Amino acid sequence: MQATLSALAEPNRRQIVELLRRKPRAVGEIVERLGLRQPQVSKHLRVLSEAGLVQARPVAQQRIYSLRAQPLKELDDWLEPYRRKWDERFGQLDDVLRDLKRKEKGKKDVHDK
Amino acid sequence: MSMTSSATTKVTLPSDTEILITREFDAPRDLVFKAMTDPDLIPRWWGPRNLTTTVDKMDVRPGGRWRYVSGAPDGTKSAFRGEYREIVAPERIVQTFEWEPMAGHISVDTATFTERDGHTLLTVRSKFSSKADRDGMVASGMETGLRETHDRFAELLAELRD
Repeated sequence: MQATLSALAEPNRRQIVELLRRKPRAVGEIVERLGLRQPQVSKHLRVLSEAGLVQARPVAQQRIYSLRAQPLKELDDWLEPYRRKWDERFGQLDDVLRDLKRKEKGKKDVHDK
Repeated sequence: MSMTSSATTKVTLPSDTEILITREFDAPRDLVFKAMTDPDLIPRWWGPRNLTTTVDKMDVRPGGRWRYVSGAPDGTKSAFRGEYREIVAPERIVQTFEWEPMAGHISVDTATFTERDGHTLLTVRSKFSSKADRDGMVASGMETGLRETHDRFAELLAELRD
C-alpha cells in the first residue's frame, strides 16, 4: 500500500500508469508520448516495477510494460470507505438541493402571477 | 431516505499531500453554493446519516470561523472547526478544516463550483501539510464506514430480536 502510494506520488509515474491503463506499451512509446528522456522513463518504470504496479515482458528486442491490477485494486479498496463517506454526504445534499429548487420555483411562480 | 442518484463521487490523489473529490449536482451553482454556506442547511447534509450535526459557529467571510458539533446516538460529541480564507460567491470557497480531537492536523480545502446547463460540477481539493496527515484523513473514512456497518448490524440484531 505505502509502496503503491509512494510510487504514484510522482506526476510522471502517474502519467505512465495512465498510459498503460489503456494498453501495454514498449519503453520507446512511453518515452515518445511523455516527451521525457529514456533514462528518466526507465528509472520511473523501475520504481513502478518495484512497487509491483507494472510488469515487463520481452518481445523481440523490446520490453513491453503492462499494468498489474492488484496494487491498484488495493488502493481503490483503501479509498472506498472515504469515498462512501462523501457519497453519503452528497446524496443528502442532493435532497437539500431538490427542496431549494422547488422553493425557488414556487417563488418564481408567485412572482409571475 | 435519499433517492438513488446517477451522479458518482470521484476521489483521486493528485499528489502526495492532496485529495481531490468531484461530484456533479442537478442544480445551478448558486443553489449548491447556498447549501454549503447557509447554517440552516448544513445540519441536513453535512454529517453521516447516523450522526446529528449542529452548527455552533459559521461566520462566512474571509477570516471568519466555523465550528460544527457532531453528535452520536450514544451521546458522545466531537467537533470540527476551521477558518474561511476566501469566499467568492458562487464560484469558490477556501477554508481550513480541523477535527478538534486531532487539533493541529489542518487541511486547506478549496471548493470550486462550475455550472454547465443548469448542472454544477463541484470539486473539493484538500491540501494537507504532510503525507501522513493526508493518509490519516483517508483512513478516517474507514472508521466511519465501520461504525456505520456496526450500527446497521445493531439495528438488524434489534429487528431479529423483536
